[in-house]
Amino acid sequence: MLWWPLLPTLILTAGALGLLLVEAFRRPGSASGMAWGALGITALTLGAVGALVGHQEIEGLYRMVRWDPPAFWLSLTILIGTGLAILLSRHYLADQGMERGEYYVFLLLAAAGMLLMAVAADLLIVFLALEWLSFPLYVLAGFARPRLESEEAALKYFLLGAFASAFLVFGIALIFAGTGLTNLSDLAAWLKHPDPGAQPLVWMGGALLLVALGFKVAAVPFHLWTPDVYEGAPTPVTGFMAAATKTAAVAALIRVFLVGLGPAVALWSGPVALMAAGTMLVGNGVALMQSNFKRLMAYSSIAHAGYLLMGLLGDPALAVPGLMFYLLAYTLATMGAFAVAVGMVGPEGEDQSFRAYTGVARRAPGIGTAMALFMLSLIGVPPTAGFFAKLLLFAAAWQAGWIALVMVGILTTVISAYFYLRVVVAMWMGPGEPARLPKSDLWVRLSVALTGVGTLLLGVLWLMFGGLSL
Amino acid sequence: MASFPILTWMLLLPLIGALVILGIPRERVGTIRWVALGTSLGVLALGLGLLSGFDLSQPGPQFVHHWDWAPSIGAAYRVGVDGISLWLVLLTALIFPLALMASWSIEERVKEYMTLMLLLETGVLGVFLALDLLLFYVFWEFTLVPMTLLIGIWGGPRRIYAAIKFFLYTMAGSVFMLVAIVALWLLSRPLTGTGTFDPVWMAAHLSPLLSPAAQRWLFLAFGLAFAIKVPMWPFHSWLPDAHVEAPTAGSVILAALLLKMGAYGFLRFNFSLFPVAARDLAVPLALLAVVAILYGALASYAQDDFKRLVAFSSVSHMGFVMLGLSALNPLGVQAALLQMINHGLSTGGLFLLVGMLYERTHTRDFRELGGLWKVLPVYGGILMVVGLSSMGLPGLNGFVGEFLILLGAFGSAALGPAARGLTAAAALGVVLAAIYILTMLMRVLHGPLQDRWRGLPDLHVRELAIMAPLLVLIILIGLYPLPFFAAMQTSIQQSLSVFTQATLAVR
Repeated sequence: MLWWPLLPTLILTAGALGLLLVEAFRRPGSASGMAWGALGITALTLGAVGALVGHQEIEGLYRMVRWDPPAFWLSLTILIGTGLAILLSRHYLADQGMERGEYYVFLLLAAAGMLLMAVAADLLIVFLALEWLSFPLYVLAGFARPRLESEEAALKYFLLGAFASAFLVFGIALIFAGTGLTNLSDLAAWLKHPDPGAQPLVWMGGALLLVALGFKVAAVPFHLWTPDVYEGAPTPVTGFMAAATKTAAVAALIRVFLVGLGPAVALWSGPVALMAAGTMLVGNGVALMQSNFKRLMAYSSIAHAGYLLMGLLGDPALAVPGLMFYLLAYTLATMGAFAVAVGMVGPEGEDQSFRAYTGVARRAPGIGTAMALFMLSLIGVPPTAGFFAKLLLFAAAWQAGWIALVMVGILTTVISAYFYLRVVVAMWMGPGEPARLPKSDLWVRLSVALTGVGTLLLGVLWLMFGGLSL
Repeated sequence: MASFPILTWMLLLPLIGALVILGIPRERVGTIRWVALGTSLGVLALGLGLLSGFDLSQPGPQFVHHWDWAPSIGAAYRVGVDGISLWLVLLTALIFPLALMASWSIEERVKEYMTLMLLLETGVLGVFLALDLLLFYVFWEFTLVPMTLLIGIWGGPRRIYAAIKFFLYTMAGSVFMLVAIVALWLLSRPLTGTGTFDPVWMAAHLSPLLSPAAQRWLFLAFGLAFAIKVPMWPFHSWLPDAHVEAPTAGSVILAALLLKMGAYGFLRFNFSLFPVAARDLAVPLALLAVVAILYGALASYAQDDFKRLVAFSSVSHMGFVMLGLSALNPLGVQAALLQMINHGLSTGGLFLLVGMLYERTHTRDFRELGGLWKVLPVYGGILMVVGLSSMGLPGLNGFVGEFLILLGAFGSAALGPAARGLTAAAALGVVLAAIYILTMLMRVLHGPLQDRWRGLPDLHVRELAIMAPLLVLIILIGLYPLPFFAAMQTSIQQSLSVFTQATLAVR
């Protein structure tokens, strides 16, 4: 029995619990020490992930977890999202009067659950990881208590999340009832020579799993919680949910559908294609009407779930690296955009309407340039990372014959250009002097700089140093 | 010469200039302007070096710089220049310093402005130099961003509307081209292992394998992106808005260079990659071109705004270019290529002149202008020459291009029995051009002069320096076009020979 695939999860969990102990005994006051501690633990975990990079495949814990190249990329993306969320939270919490150290503990615990999802090779681990990452997020969504929107977000997220978990458990139970299996590789082997009598149970179970994971990844028609939760949650948490939670949910989709139910692709590809098309259309379509940045990013997050689902259907040789890179590019651009949004929040309160962004680039061209880069990457304009990511997913879907889906994808991409550009327009072309300016917060500035450089160069670098062969 | 990657330096130099400008404090406006101008003059110097080392007899790309930057997907950084791109590259290198000189009057956010202009220069040069489809697409889309910002930040009253319209229109076409590029790449993967984005390889090995229907779809996907950029009727409606709202230098670059990217795309990619489809679709293409010629000319005549008039005249002129290209014979294509340069010089010049007038009068409305020759004799003379060049007066450059395009279209085998009718209709466009240009000259320069324009200063040295190279080239090409044809001849003949072979194989 090997523990290596669990190493990152274990380090992060141990660190988080240690941090919780520290929080219990530390003197009240600034929580910046906790932020430093959380950053250190994240870096340490990143080191552990890096140490595992060379290994092609390690199974462990009675074949319930598995380390493979996708696990590396997913873990990397999740940890990058986590580190950036910590950077963004430091001054945001202080400005909003909610500087409590347990915030970082919850953040790290959620990330640990996500890392577990990245290595899941068994339905039970998928369930465990999903619950593990969700519970801290419910708390984090309501962290801005007593702000009503935040409490509403937490409650909504919790109720719907619990509902989705029930679907997941029931789906797993049906599959287990039909096959006696929870291991995903065994399930795939079983599906190659299925027992006809037990098949309907497996199909029903698979459908329930799709619903549950569709909820987590914010796919239409299970997306309705997203805008309210995103708007109500503290802004760094929203960024974390949009980026890292999305990555973990896609990890679950890859593990369950590409690995476990892979041989039955003909059965689930139709529903997933419908979901993908609907998600792209609704996400991008409704985003057109938003005038609040956080709600815009919520619909953007839904829209990108659609592109990711399309990738799930693609030719795996292109789609799996494509999905990995897409998640990384999406995480950088999204966290970058949220970094700019957090930078706009001062002690005087938070206003995320487009009006608050008007003319900002006139006084802060660096921030304006970075935001333009993030929006261009989310549209998919070269040479940003988002372009190469979209290119690969479109290629993968086209190769697998999903031509109509690719058409939906490119048309919605054009639609998305309009609403992403509105942010650029507000910042760069809005008339008059800005109402407020980004605060000079080094932690936020650092996040903007890192994500900005990453968004600009990563696509080219990734392809230069291996690309598909990684 | 091979050891010095001159083309890569042409692409890098503006980027370096932009980085230098980013390091200059924003108050030092003068320094920023001079650095930008110096950079673009450096590019021009490299361009002249290119011209002196160019081998006329060689049809293929020269000064090639190749680097397999993404081996896992078979994408390469590959730049080169041949007879088709040579003049467009040089036009780009020439227009940018002129546009930057014309931007001296920009006072607001100069640092951002100059940075974007230099980024745009890299983008445009990249489009003309790229010999790899992915690289081409990257540059193609990349030009969109600085141009949108230039229109949206420094433009006129409806700048935001115009900027977004420009972005969305272009993007809507480009994504189809992207899908077509992806499809070609996927088709090439079984043949090469990793796939390739090399259009020369595709033309030789992939195109013959495509069914006529597949060729037609791919032709249309590429063609839509290019047709919007040219713009061909009925995809032109972004153009008047973008041109009118853009700052002067933006209009100049848009007209002189960005529109050429579309026509260049047709010639470089559509015709060589999908020859069968090109042959089949030559007549519809020519028909749209003729509609554009007539529509642009009539719309131009109906304008009261000087800048709008020039914008619509662009639609008409680019119609001539597309007609020449769709003739698919050496004469028509060569003339079309020359006409692209001519249009860059004369319409670019007209936009510059509109801008110079606007800076003095703050109006572009013909109803408020008139009689200006009396107060601005030098301006009037230059406007006359550039206007007549745009009209196609014999002895100036426009005549050579338009006349040979008509000649090429008339004798075109690809256009078949429709050739004569289309040519006759297009010839009507020449007459209409005379009407709207002469009306424009009349309404600006002649007639009663309003009192408030008395005492307007005539062109000063900087403005004369901007116009001088354009005037020299307008007259030079008009009187002695031979060297310009000589450079493009072999490349065009080669690209069309590939085309005729493929067509013959189908017949």
